[in-house]
Amino acid sequence: MSLTAERMPTPRDVEQWRPPERARQPAWHGWRDRLGRHWLVVVSGLVLLYLFVPIIVTVLFSFNDNLGRFNFTWRGFTIEHWRNACGVPGLCPAMVRSLQVATIATIGATILGTLVAFALVRHRFRGRGPTNLALFLPMATPEIVMGTSLLALFLNLGMTRGFRTIVIGHIMFNISFVVVTVKARLQGQDANLEEAAMDLYADEWTTFRKVTLPLAMPGIIAGALLAFALSFDDFVITNFVSGNTVTFPMFVWGAAQRGIPPQVNVMATLMFAVALTAALVGLLGRRRA
Amino acid sequence: MAAAATPATGQQADGRTDRRRRLLPYLLLAPGIAWLLVFFFVPMFTLFQTSLQEGSLQQGYVLTWRWANYTEALSTFSSQYLRSFFYAGVATVAALLLGYPLAYFIAHRAGRWRNLFLLLVIMPLLVSFLVRTLAWKIILADQGPVVEALKAIGALPASGRLLATSWAVVAGLTYNYLPFMILPLYASLEKIDPRLIEAAQDLYSAPFTAFRKVTLPLSLPGVVAGTLLMFIPAAGDFVHAEFLGTPSQYMIGNVIESRFLVVLDYPTAAALSFVLMATILVLVVSYLRRVDVEDVL
Repeated sequence: MSLTAERMPTPRDVEQWRPPERARQPAWHGWRDRLGRHWLVVVSGLVLLYLFVPIIVTVLFSFNDNLGRFNFTWRGFTIEHWRNACGVPGLCPAMVRSLQVATIATIGATILGTLVAFALVRHRFRGRGPTNLALFLPMATPEIVMGTSLLALFLNLGMTRGFRTIVIGHIMFNISFVVVTVKARLQGQDANLEEAAMDLYADEWTTFRKVTLPLAMPGIIAGALLAFALSFDDFVITNFVSGNTVTFPMFVWGAAQRGIPPQVNVMATLMFAVALTAALVGLLGRRRA
Repeated sequence: MAAAATPATGQQADGRTDRRRRLLPYLLLAPGIAWLLVFFFVPMFTLFQTSLQEGSLQQGYVLTWRWANYTEALSTFSSQYLRSFFYAGVATVAALLLGYPLAYFIAHRAGRWRNLFLLLVIMPLLVSFLVRTLAWKIILADQGPVVEALKAIGALPASGRLLATSWAVVAGLTYNYLPFMILPLYASLEKIDPRLIEAAQDLYSAPFTAFRKVTLPLSLPGVVAGTLLMFIPAAGDFVHAEFLGTPSQYMIGNVIESRFLVVLDYPTAAALSFVLMATILVLVVSYLRRVDVEDVL
C-alpha cells in the first residue's frame, strides 16, 4: 500500500496490515512471559524465606521451655531464659571476652587498614600489585589454613595461646576487609575537594583533618563495624589460637556436645538485634549523607 | 589519582617536603602490610616447616624434611579430601541455583527496595555462625516438620533421617555461605545495563534467550567471584560435619582440627593443612588469570 497525498491510510488499512513473516514476533507477550516474570518473584521470595528460617527458629527457641540440657524440641513458651540470661556458668564471661577481643581487634585493624586504603587510593607508589595480592590472599584463604598456620607460628615461637594471640589473628584477617570498605568510600570521593582546600591556603595536615578525614569517616566507620562483627563471630581461627581463653563462639562449640542451653539463643538473638539496629542506623544515616 | 598534590601558592617545594611526600605512601602501607607479612605469610612458612618435622609432644619436634609426612597424610585421608571438595562443590552449585534468581530480582526488579533486600540477605549473617548451624539441627530433626513432610511425599523412607547424613551437611554448607554467593552475583548483575537486555528483546529474542546470550555472559565475573567466595571456605569447613553429620561425613577440616588440637600430631596436621591451601591456591590462581585482582577487591 502506498502513502500518497490523495489517500490517507484508513483504520481498515492499518488493521489489514500484517508484518512480513520473517519479522513476526514470537509469543513472548503471552502467558509464558507472564509466568516467567512471576516465577522470578516466587523463587526469590522462597530463597529469602529459606535464609530466614534458621533465624526465626533461633529466636523462637530462646523462648522454649526445654527439658534438661537439650533444646531441640518445642515444649512450651517461657521467658525464663531471658530473665536468667547469665544463669549458665561461663556464658556471660565468654560474651565479655568476645567484646574485649572484638574491640581491640577492631581498633587495630581499622587503623592499619585505613592507612593502607589511603595509600592505595590517594598515592602513587611502586609495588601496587604485590600489595593488592597481599591484601587479597587472606580473603581467599580458608580460615582453617590461617588458623592452623598461626598456631604453627605460636607453637614454634613458644607463645602461650590466649587473649593476645586471638587479637593478633583477628587483626590480621580484618585488615583486608577494612581496606576494601574504606577504599570503596575513598574512591567515590572527589579528589578535587582536597585540592580546593589547599588552593585556599590550607596546608596538608589541615586539609586532611578538615576535609579528607570527615569525608572518609562513614567508610572508616563501616569498616570498623564490619571488623567488629567479623571478630565477634569468628570461630575457626579463634578455635586454633585461643588456648584456654573462651570467647562466645568457643563457648558454643564446647557446649555443643553437652547440650546448648537456650540462653545461648538468647544471647544470639540479642546480638542479632544490636547488629540489626546498627545496620539500620547506618543505612538511614547514609541516605541522609 | 594525584600523588603529591600540587603545592598551594606560598608553599615551598623543598627537597625535604618532596622526599617526605614520596615516602608517605610507603609509611602508610608499612604497618598494615608488616602485620600481614608477620601474621599471614610467615605463618604459612612455619606451617610448611612444621609439616616436615618429626617427633612427638614429649620428645619435641625436629625438622628432618620428612616428605613422607605428605604421602602418608594424603594416602590415609584422601577420602576426606575428596569428600570435602565434593560437598563444597555440590553446595556451591546449589547456592548458585538458589542465589542467582534472588540476585537478579534484587538487581533488576527491586527498584527502590534494593537496599532493603540486600539488608535482608545480609541479616542472617548477623546471627552467630555456630548458632545458625545448630538451628538446622532443630529444623532437620527426626520427627521434625521437614523430615515428616519428606516422608509424607515419599522422598524419605519411613525409617529415614536427614540429620547425620551427607544431605544435612551439604544443606548446612549451602545455607551458611549463600549470602557470599548472592552478593557478588548481585554486584555483577547490577552493573548490566538493562537497556542491553531490552535491546535483545527488541530484536525479537524470547526472554530466556536474552538471558542466555546477554545477561548470563555479562554476569560471569559475579559467578566466578561468588563461586570462589563460597567454595573456598566451604572446602575447609568442619563445623557442619561436626554438628550435622557423623564421622562418616567428616571433611578434611575435621581431620585437621582433630590432628592439631586433640591428637596433637602437628606434622601430619600441618601437611594436611598445607595441601588444602595449595589445592585452593591453584584453583584461585587459575580463575584469577582472567580477572584483575584489583577488580575483585
